[in-house]
Amino acid sequence: MLAEYWPILLFLVIATGLGLVLLAVGTVLGPKRPDAQKRSAYECGFEAFEDARMKFDVRYYLIAILFIIFDLEIAFLFPWAVVFKQIGIIALIEMGLFLALLVVGFVYVWKKGALEWE
Amino acid sequence: MDSVIALFNSFVNDWPNLSLAIGLILLPLLPLIISVAMYVWWERKVIGWMHVRMGPNQVGPLGLAQAFADVFKLLFKEITVPEKASTFLFYLAPLIALVPAMAAWAVVPIGDKMAWSNANAGLLYLLAMTSLGVYGIVLAGWASNSKYAFLGAMRAAAQVVSYEIAMGMAIVSVLILTGSLNLSDVVQAQAGSKGFLEWYWLPLLPMFVIYFISGVAETNRAPFDVTEGESEIVAGFHVEYSGSAFAIFFLAEYANMILVAFLSSVLFLGGWLSPLQGWGLGILSAPGWWWLFAKAFVMAFLFLWFRATFPRYRYDQIMRLGWKVFIPITIAWTFVAGCLAFFGGVTIGPGGTP
Repeated sequence: MLAEYWPILLFLVIATGLGLVLLAVGTVLGPKRPDAQKRSAYECGFEAFEDARMKFDVRYYLIAILFIIFDLEIAFLFPWAVVFKQIGIIALIEMGLFLALLVVGFVYVWKKGALEWE
Repeated sequence: MDSVIALFNSFVNDWPNLSLAIGLILLPLLPLIISVAMYVWWERKVIGWMHVRMGPNQVGPLGLAQAFADVFKLLFKEITVPEKASTFLFYLAPLIALVPAMAAWAVVPIGDKMAWSNANAGLLYLLAMTSLGVYGIVLAGWASNSKYAFLGAMRAAAQVVSYEIAMGMAIVSVLILTGSLNLSDVVQAQAGSKGFLEWYWLPLLPMFVIYFISGVAETNRAPFDVTEGESEIVAGFHVEYSGSAFAIFFLAEYANMILVAFLSSVLFLGGWLSPLQGWGLGILSAPGWWWLFAKAFVMAFLFLWFRATFPRYRYDQIMRLGWKVFIPITIAWTFVAGCLAFFGGVTIGPGGTP
């Protein structure tokens, strides 16, 4: 069974190699004439006022946290879905409960306004 | 662990075998690259026709060589690295975008057990690989140290992870009806005697629609292309990229689009099964890779149709659609899929031969 995973590893290696080759070809074939104007960060034609790594809206952070929670729930659903037919009615009831809890959390997040983007 | 080492040794000692394997893997990657080029040409042609223009028609017959000419042009251009950029991360980002987009193809079957890797956890692998692509985008925006790139990366990260949840739930609902993570089993479970009515698009219709729309959002395509909205933030996360580094992002994006087209065909449209399966129409009812390619072609065409038809969504609308519409529907329909499977609305597991 493990032998089935060798092609995946080879795919990863060859895809990385392909990317490296493309970058190398671009570096070798392309001209290299950098100057101060060309190397400055693009900002509508004037000098950048401040560092680009500025403060950003906390909502992006919130979305990331919510994503981790919900994605974990999906990771829990995967094994359940695979063995669903072996377990039968208990699987259905338990998943109903699990999804109900998920919905409670989701409604809470929604009511708290974490999903609002105005 | 010992078996892994033994396997590795047998692989290394067996060089002809290894080079054969590498050749066999280049075999799908090269057609993939060529189909990306043809897809770009087809996109420009289709959108041209929808705008009552000609589209590319100068380079080669019907402009067919246009995409290749563009690639060669990009290879001969300078790769500029911004002064304040983190150089290593700047070069790493396109690689991280490209590798998952290419490696995901290892488990996509074009016939029964006809995949490079018939791994038993194929769907899990696909979910992992399609999730990894966003790191390339985030890294590109961060490493560029440019405001537009940074904004584009922030938008991309939030948008992609939001639609990831709906996408994952859609995959879970397919799993419930299939009972296997293997993609060949997923297709076999859709075999039956009632033709295209056996496929999962029917019992999982909302999931199918959501999966495809999420796929469009995941690949940052119109109408969800706020991450690179040229009228707002120029080109978003890859504004500082040029030459072949930009070409890699381009390749990754289109490879991902074709992947989404193939996956929605495999998961919901019966993969290589004929839409007339079980009707006894000879060759028309026989399964074959041509059905999969035809379905994927139609799904890929939808990407272009969307782009030519819909105006760009506003960012808050995108987030509302993802969180407040798609996620509630997918949670509800996951339970419906469980009930369907349990009460026998849909046959579970590998079905009979068509």
